[in-house]
Amino acid sequence: MSLTTRRTRMAAAALAAITALGGLAACGKDDDAPAAGEKPAKLVVDTFGEFGYDEIIKQYEKDTGIKVELRKTAQLNEYRPKIVRALATGKGAADVIGLEEGILNEFKANPANWVDLAPLVGDHSKDYLPWKYELGKAPDGRLMGLPTDVGSLAVCYRRDLFQAAKLPVERDQVAALWPDWNGFIETGKKYRAATGKGLLDSVTTAASAVMFQQGGDLFYDKQDAVVAESSAAVKASWDTGVAMADANITAETATWSPEWSAGFKQGTFAATFCPSWMLGIVADNSGPENKGKWDVAPVPGGAGNWGGSWLSVPQQSKYPKGAAKLAEYLTNAQSQVAAFKLKGPLPTNLEALKNPEFLAYTNEYFNNAPTGKIFGDSVAKIQPLHLGPKHQAVKENAFEPALRSYENGQSPKDKAWEQFTKDAKTQGAF
Amino acid sequence: MSLSATTTPPSPAAPPPRPPTRRRSRAHTLTRLDLKYSPYLYIAPFFVIFGIFGLYPMLRTAWMSLHNWNLIGDRSFIGLDNYTALVSDEYFWNATMNTFGIFLLATIPQLLIALFLANLLNRTFLRARTLFRMAIFMPNVVSVAAVAIVFGMLFQRDFGVINWLLGFVGVGPVDWDAERWSSWTAIASMVNWRWTGYNTLILLAGMQAIPRDLYEAAALDGASQWKQFWRITLPMLTPTFVFVVILSTIGGLQLFTEPLVFANGNIIGGDQREFQTLAMYMYELGIENLNTAGYGAAVAWAMFLMIAFVSLVNFLLVRRTVK
Repeated sequence: MSLTTRRTRMAAAALAAITALGGLAACGKDDDAPAAGEKPAKLVVDTFGEFGYDEIIKQYEKDTGIKVELRKTAQLNEYRPKIVRALATGKGAADVIGLEEGILNEFKANPANWVDLAPLVGDHSKDYLPWKYELGKAPDGRLMGLPTDVGSLAVCYRRDLFQAAKLPVERDQVAALWPDWNGFIETGKKYRAATGKGLLDSVTTAASAVMFQQGGDLFYDKQDAVVAESSAAVKASWDTGVAMADANITAETATWSPEWSAGFKQGTFAATFCPSWMLGIVADNSGPENKGKWDVAPVPGGAGNWGGSWLSVPQQSKYPKGAAKLAEYLTNAQSQVAAFKLKGPLPTNLEALKNPEFLAYTNEYFNNAPTGKIFGDSVAKIQPLHLGPKHQAVKENAFEPALRSYENGQSPKDKAWEQFTKDAKTQGAF
Repeated sequence: MSLSATTTPPSPAAPPPRPPTRRRSRAHTLTRLDLKYSPYLYIAPFFVIFGIFGLYPMLRTAWMSLHNWNLIGDRSFIGLDNYTALVSDEYFWNATMNTFGIFLLATIPQLLIALFLANLLNRTFLRARTLFRMAIFMPNVVSVAAVAIVFGMLFQRDFGVINWLLGFVGVGPVDWDAERWSSWTAIASMVNWRWTGYNTLILLAGMQAIPRDLYEAAALDGASQWKQFWRITLPMLTPTFVFVVILSTIGGLQLFTEPLVFANGNIIGGDQREFQTLAMYMYELGIENLNTAGYGAAVAWAMFLMIAFVSLVNFLLVRRTVK
């Protein structure tokens, strides 16, 4: 056999192999797109953490005859890559996707991946908290998401540890301890003097709370340019964090670290800042043996919002209309109250916020604190704020590490600020 | 008939009957084809799978690294700009330093201990050898994440066992993830715990391949155990040692899970990136930041080249010194 024929044959074999692979790939593509307006056979909903949709979806299935599959992912950091993968490859996304505020803002930079909901569900701008509804819009004007919940803000504190430090333990008395942030710092000093321990888990939770209270532009301005260096909200947040570190009122346990998780049980700290979604985490980390020891008090310095989500429909959904209708159903007043009672996400629907069942709700784990009323009151006063595309990355990978490195004494104040502003530029680029 | 055709030669007078010849040549061709190509067929599965899961992603990554690539958006060709940016990227060099620091801290003690243990296990007088050999391999069977979580708890600041033990000798609680040296030590200890046994077994296998009579001859000549180890074991072990070193290099420079879990899942690895490794930096840019996927691909390729280079240097170095 000559060399040329041998080569030809090898090439032919290779070609055959490649074609076989191509054939496999082609099999993966499905061409069974439904006719427009057809009733969907099944809709898939993707959520993270607990949205509290289990019961509501059963009702929806009964009412409409459309099958709904609810896919839950426990952790946000496992959830985000799944959505990114689906968007990057153009397949595998659910029909309705729950997007947390950080993710939503990031995805706004590429709005073409998402369906404009406004023409599909009509005008709902009067139904929700106005600032929350506005945040669901992409820069090109399309309505990317319908509001589900907000985080709001409160303080979770340990009654038993407060008592041991000879501080008042009742909600209104505790609230009177900290009408403003100075009051909180003074309380922290008293707690340190009495027990030798830090009152707060870490400066970053307080700094987050301050930042969200300020409202307005945080790390980005309205044109989405990074303004971390000059933003008033960021400065106020940083200064409060620094003041707390200087006053030595924290236990220096970084949020989500093992020290932090263990600290709830061990009583390493006696207070943390609680958006409503944090309540479940506090309860889980503290365990059943500490039931009734935690309580919820209003936050110093006024209302603010930390976290919360939207429901969106990806462009790759086969049933954009049906999916949008489902999203509308899941975010209506009735569903939001039901979800709150089941798992605790705080309503954003104005009607739901006035619902007597919602307002009368008390949380058993937290010494029967009237969380419906505490959070509901503050929700109405939340300042609208502008987050920008990579708010989460700037906050978690630039702002908080720099602040923590000052808190832990790893770097001096100026250097920490310098590190933050430098990293904010790279983390904030999009 | 075909039998006769193959066994008895046809008479020169009569012309050879055609069909048998054709059949014969066809069988012949099949055999030749079989001999020539079946080996390729047998090894094909590896190459096909490698092509899909190894080569294609590599080439695709190279292609990505030449672009300004948004994972869920647009992309544009920018040539080698990502690589030029890499050269002056402070955090890239920080990650490189961390990776090599942890690599040295993990690999050198690990190989020395492995060599020592393998030599012990190779002694003929040792009882229950199989038990020891199995026991020493056990850590490698445990999942990385489990190891990292357990070690993360041991190295906790407030309630960690290590700090508790250090307390007895009067050393204050160490904030393990706040300093470079302490975080590197903690991570290196995870790697060592997991891979020492594995390397021990491979070195042991290499040692057992060394002919016994060499030692006997050396013993007759009055060579001490130490001398035997130095003059016989080590030189004869070179090929195995090169293999182990290269494997450790590849693993060590790709370190990802241990530091990530140690950082509580935060991809920047410590408040001041004290222990962010190259693989973590690649993940941060390529996967976490949607808009810098191309730059992340460039980091991946830089990492690949580094590993190839270091493996080569190791190969040459180890070969020379042991000779």
